[in-house]
Amino acid sequence: MALAGDQASAQAAQENSWHGIVQQTLRRNEIRLVPYVPDRVLTTLIKNLHADPYFTAFPTAREEEAVGIVSGAWMGGTRGAVLMQTSGFATLANVLASLAIPYQIPLIMFVSERGTLGEFNYGQSLVCRTMRPVLDSLAMEHHTVTRLDEFEFIADRSIKQAITTQAPVALILSPLLTGGKTFDK
Amino acid sequence: MNTAASTPARNTKAMNRFDLTSRLVAKLKNEEAVIGGIGNTNFDLWAAGHRPQNFYMLGSMGLAFPIALGVALAQPNRRVFALEGDGSLLMQLGSLSTIATLAPKNLTMVVMDNGIYQITGAQPTPAAAVSDIVAIAVASGLANSAWAADEADFERLIEQSMSAAAPTLIGVRIDDKPGTGTTRRDPVQIRERFMLGLGVRQPL
Repeated sequence: MALAGDQASAQAAQENSWHGIVQQTLRRNEIRLVPYVPDRVLTTLIKNLHADPYFTAFPTAREEEAVGIVSGAWMGGTRGAVLMQTSGFATLANVLASLAIPYQIPLIMFVSERGTLGEFNYGQSLVCRTMRPVLDSLAMEHHTVTRLDEFEFIADRSIKQAITTQAPVALILSPLLTGGKTFDK
Repeated sequence: MNTAASTPARNTKAMNRFDLTSRLVAKLKNEEAVIGGIGNTNFDLWAAGHRPQNFYMLGSMGLAFPIALGVALAQPNRRVFALEGDGSLLMQLGSLSTIATLAPKNLTMVVMDNGIYQITGAQPTPAAAVSDIVAIAVASGLANSAWAADEADFERLIEQSMSAAAPTLIGVRIDDKPGTGTTRRDPVQIRERFMLGLGVRQPL
């Protein structure tokens, strides 16, 4: 009984965590394919997606490659989402402008935000500053998620909007939501 | 001197992209998907005769194989072909490892290798004189990779791939000729027609 109680509370904690919300929201929207280039902050999410047979999660060598894969999968009838960190997003301007946007592909991206709120690597802080100008220059939908209580609403609505309007979306996961990466890690 | 003709000794004939693409398309009887990489590979796919199951890339150099991988994962019962240039593949060599790991058996990749960036003025690629793309593919984990010696060998390898138990990569050495057609650059229509061709969508 005690063990069952522990499991139940662990499950409740998982469901109420930001990564639990990502997992549930992906599933609710029938997004099965999740290629990623990893990030320390995404570790638990990636582990849980691998453990859940509903999902096909796998690493790619580059973020651009992952965008190509989910674009092909979507055209073939399977929904996907890409996980990455800020510096990975910075490699995507060409594929956004030449594939996702002009072909009207609902590319769904979760970007773990590095480079702000305690960044210790100058290069990361600089590349972070390129992210929103790139998104804005392409008039792409994007939201920065800072609060756990708003996350499910933002993620679920944004995914649905991406699919129905056939337009990409970037959900930027702020260190305020995830805790971010700190110097001692 | 830094051309395909001087690449490390290879007992392969220099063939023609449009001819090989036409030979491939002529073999397609089961609504197989074909992804054409940017530039000449999709121009020649277009010129070989439009099919609803063709997808033509208009940018994002190097993503023909990743896009084809996505289609192959989404539709495991459909054969998916991807046509890519050697210069394009050099942009995305890591994708060979991803494909080897996921190992979709319904994926056939063709690398059109002329050792040059034909469309930008025929400059040699950095790989032209020193690298063997099929050897790279094998080392990436794609054991089912081979150079086609000539047109008949290419056709044999294509047919073999259709019942293979693992993804196939076929390297073909080609001449320096440009593409023979020009794809209509209408990305939304290309994508929509492709989805109709794959049975994912119904027309309005």
